[in-house]
Amino acid sequence: MRKVAIIGAGPAGIEAASTLAKNGIEVTLFEKSETPLKNIQDKAFLFPNFQAAQEIADDLSGKLLTDGITTAFGVDIADIKWQGTEWKLIDAKNQTYVADAVLVATGYQVFDAHRKEELGYGIYKGVITSLDMEQMIKHGKILNANGDEPKRVTFLQCVGSRDEKSGNHYCSKICCVTAVKQAIEVRKQLPKCEASIFYMDLRMWGQGFEEMYRTAQEKYGVSFVRGRISEAAATFDGRVQLKSEDTLMGLPLKMTTDLLVLMVGMEASCGTKELGKACDISGDYGFIKSVNPHLYDNETGKPGLFVAGTCKRPMSVSDSINDARSAAIAIKDYLDTLPQ
Amino acid sequence: MNKFGFAIKTPRSEDMDKVSLERYNMLLDRVPSFKRCFQCGCCSATCSARQYTEFSIRRIHTSFRRGEYEGLDEQLKKCMLCGKCTLVCPRGVNLRSLIINMRQILDETK
Repeated sequence: MRKVAIIGAGPAGIEAASTLAKNGIEVTLFEKSETPLKNIQDKAFLFPNFQAAQEIADDLSGKLLTDGITTAFGVDIADIKWQGTEWKLIDAKNQTYVADAVLVATGYQVFDAHRKEELGYGIYKGVITSLDMEQMIKHGKILNANGDEPKRVTFLQCVGSRDEKSGNHYCSKICCVTAVKQAIEVRKQLPKCEASIFYMDLRMWGQGFEEMYRTAQEKYGVSFVRGRISEAAATFDGRVQLKSEDTLMGLPLKMTTDLLVLMVGMEASCGTKELGKACDISGDYGFIKSVNPHLYDNETGKPGLFVAGTCKRPMSVSDSINDARSAAIAIKDYLDTLPQ
Repeated sequence: MNKFGFAIKTPRSEDMDKVSLERYNMLLDRVPSFKRCFQCGCCSATCSARQYTEFSIRRIHTSFRRGEYEGLDEQLKKCMLCGKCTLVCPRGVNLRSLIINMRQILDETK
């Protein structure tokens, strides 16, 4: 029986594992953390249908029970080596595993907002990230720095994306719609609280996203300001004062807000960067490079080494899952070409 | 004509067929990083001069981009070259150099 090793138990890793296992392939799923699906469990709801992230996580966890999947959680794969006919995986404790093919699904991590010092994350309590906001929404406790209900929540797009100063020229793709989703949630949970989004371009690329934007405007009265916030400062009463330009009015704008939510972008995870480097499949910004984005998007150019999900580029959960399925097909095709 | 309360007004639309972008192209040659500007407004948001005067660096360089140069030399004198705009620009445009070069080009091509 053919053996496949999958590194990373996020949506992509699990989906690929279950698809391969259903096709009679033996899969070992490695995960550095003790538990799978960490990133998705940090979320409250997923756009555009506001489905609870936990439901998706539960569904994916269920797939781990498919016959043929062995899980190896808490195992950190440090290096992988091609042995001529098979791959050897070496973990941090120097234990080795062998597989006919390997799927890299090591995922992303969010941009560290401390790096944008002028926005005051980690300095002023009222400045939080989109991940912090997701937690507040999840627990139904959207509170300002003083522990009170906020009267105004302000979102800033493109923190750590489309930003030369943080070295990330690319668009993280999911933050635009996430801010709209969170602004709607804020207005749902706190109908008296104002919500504003500072943006440069709103990229509503997916099905149902533009409709969410319309709903945010029409039904939830979210206000949209075209300008990037250049700096934030604290006020005496623990609020945050921000400075921007309203580029449509051509006037400088200042605003005091209870919470400033930084929409942090997606970066290649540490594991992605390390493994990409070790196997020489690293592309721009530490993401893994596929052979061809149109035709061979799961191939890495190394025999039997495949890639899926956000370790390649920013992606939504649904895109990751689809990508994992296509990776599973590519892996099956490859295994079928191997001599018996 | 004025006697009858009529006057011929100059159109205030941007006529992209008639406009000369010669000076704008000179600027791009000298400050290539300006090609990357995506009009986010960080430069004028952080600008000290902008908080108290009509000076708007984003408006000025947008006018330059559109070939509208009238009054820009006077406006550009208000910049104190502190360089905060250069520090905040997410696209890495060298705004200080941009301002100096806009001044020089306007002067050279008077």
